[in-house]
Amino acid sequence: MEKTYRTHLLLCAGTSCVASGSLEVRDALVDEIKKRELEDEVYVATTGCNGFCAAGPLLVAYPDGIFYQKLTPKDVPYFVEEYLVKGRVVKKHLFEPKKGSDPIPKISDIGFFSHQVLVALRNRGLIDPDKIDEYIARDGYLGTAKALMEMEPQQIIDEVLSSGLRGRGGAGFPTGLKWKFAAGATGSPKYILCNADEGDPGAFMDRSILESDPHALIEGMIIGAKAIGAHQGYIYVRAEYPLAIERLTTAIDQAREYGLLGKDILGSGYDVDIDLYFGAGAFVCGEETALMQSIEGKRGMPRPRPPFPAHKGLWDKPSVLNNVETYANIPQIIHRGSKWFSGIGTEKSTGTKVFALTGNVKNIGLIEVPMGTPLRTIVYDVGGGIPNKKKLKAVQVGGPSGGCIPEYLIDTPVDFESIPATGAIMGSGGMVVMDTDTCMVDVAKFFLEFTAEESCGKCTPCREGTSQMLEILTRISEGKGHAEDIDTLEKLAKVICASSLCGLGQTAPNPVLTTLRYFRHEYEEHIHDKRCRAKSCKPLLKFWVDPEKCKRCGLCAKKCPVDAIKWEKKELAEINLDICTRCMTCYRACPFDAIE
Amino acid sequence: MAKLRIEDLKKIKESVKGTVNLRDGNARVKITVHMGTCGIAAGARVVMNTLLKEIEARQVQDVLLTSSGCAGLCSHEPMITIEVSGEAPVKYTKLDGDKTKRIFEEHVQGGKPVTEYALSMGSETTH
Repeated sequence: MEKTYRTHLLLCAGTSCVASGSLEVRDALVDEIKKRELEDEVYVATTGCNGFCAAGPLLVAYPDGIFYQKLTPKDVPYFVEEYLVKGRVVKKHLFEPKKGSDPIPKISDIGFFSHQVLVALRNRGLIDPDKIDEYIARDGYLGTAKALMEMEPQQIIDEVLSSGLRGRGGAGFPTGLKWKFAAGATGSPKYILCNADEGDPGAFMDRSILESDPHALIEGMIIGAKAIGAHQGYIYVRAEYPLAIERLTTAIDQAREYGLLGKDILGSGYDVDIDLYFGAGAFVCGEETALMQSIEGKRGMPRPRPPFPAHKGLWDKPSVLNNVETYANIPQIIHRGSKWFSGIGTEKSTGTKVFALTGNVKNIGLIEVPMGTPLRTIVYDVGGGIPNKKKLKAVQVGGPSGGCIPEYLIDTPVDFESIPATGAIMGSGGMVVMDTDTCMVDVAKFFLEFTAEESCGKCTPCREGTSQMLEILTRISEGKGHAEDIDTLEKLAKVICASSLCGLGQTAPNPVLTTLRYFRHEYEEHIHDKRCRAKSCKPLLKFWVDPEKCKRCGLCAKKCPVDAIKWEKKELAEINLDICTRCMTCYRACPFDAIE
Repeated sequence: MAKLRIEDLKKIKESVKGTVNLRDGNARVKITVHMGTCGIAAGARVVMNTLLKEIEARQVQDVLLTSSGCAGLCSHEPMITIEVSGEAPVKYTKLDGDKTKRIFEEHVQGGKPVTEYALSMGSETTH
């Protein structure tokens, strides 16, 4: 049975109130309530901003519905005594919200914002990334100070382990464990590396952190360096991110100026420096061993493991490679404690995840939600639903290594257990919403085109297998599919998954496998009926008006840019295939789906 | 340049507080232009230049104009956030030079938000 409290105290945790100290007030309240033995009667929680930023720190007490403003930790004992124990309204802090509704919606009423919990993106929209002072003003480098001055490497590792943080690059390996292995490895010097290659098409989570809050990454790496015993870090950033490179360079320069990078940081006696290394356009260089080969000046190709990079990595020395978003969480885990972090998300997938929400959804952008949030909430509440009155067909998660989750599984929560159970992978955060005009064979083909091109060629299953799968998918989408193609695809996919040398090959068949699992009928229609139900594969389109569906409205004829459609009022439209340029404008114009 | 100690971090935090949290500073209004790749691609530089021109032309002294990275709602860029001291910050979306000019006149100088272009008021939650 759920516990009932006699009073709920809700403190605003909007940025303005937090800047004015609302979280300190919350902590003071929790302490005082405990002292007075009222924990079973009074519930303290944080909420989103309701717009009264000038009155913060703000507290609303339910069920009374009383607003209290401008509280400080010093006011808390008196407040608890008067209001919670004696039941008297504390007039000194009383706040009267303005009567009448504001025409501008509150940010907490907007689905896009209200479901997000910002941890890795905590500074977004608030600081100028080119001004290190603004980062410091928002508690920047306090995590570094604590790690370098007050903690031993083992303590840092323990804290990261108990936070439950798992790698945000896609594999979800416990970060604390990776650091533990490297810390215990023999070899010197050790290296702390960041994978800022972000090769997944459509993913821009890391780019956003690099452009908007580069110091969060720098701090995370400094703390990681202390944990494993490294003094040199490299950020492998793709050359296709010029703005990120610019902002990172400025950030590193400013950190060095302040002595936050370099020798004897903050007087701790510990040295760490970070340099940038630029990628040259290869997706495979986002794979950890290929990345390290690339830094060493060799062609980026993976190698077998063991030995794992934690023991033998860059230049055969113990190295830790983590993703940008993983590092961005570290400073706060150290500064605010692992318990705070593990309180967000689920038991096995703690914290939040940043997603690049794109595709057929109204609110395209960058979102950060607690792990365990259902896909339905992300698509409809955060994303605002599907535009143009279309219906949801699937959500593609995990980029070219991921899979398509069909509409009927939309209640799947996003975490490291539930997503793989559908056949997809969490991935680094790419999330593409697809409506019913999407052809799932085409989706698989799109990703295979990418991975086949990006395959480094070192191992046969990936080099030959991806091209073979692509060739089959291309034939199917052109109406030249054979009856045995589906079986061949499945067999090939399983072999490639099982025997490729690295993650690129091992996961390249996933888009094919998941689309076959949930949309097999589309493959069969393409092969046997020579039909693409989404009307996307052009070679299968007849450019013919179905007389049974045509409502004789003439919209198609009016929109046709080459006047290829014959139509009289209330007559059936007819497409002249000699003039038609196959531009598909008529398909999009017809409100009755009457063109086949 | 001097090497920082922990006390210096705290000093910087105090001295910059007035620009990050308006209440403690001297400016009456803070305008943030969101300039991540999304914003820049959508036309944030035009918005920024319009604001710079307005500030210069009107000889305004009490407005803090700054930029930040991506605000998250990439599809609604260019975006700016206007925070008048004592009021909740207002986010404006899908802007161009003309809309920006109007917002400067009516909201920044006139004190009345332009509801047509406003998306939301208030700040995001950092738990």
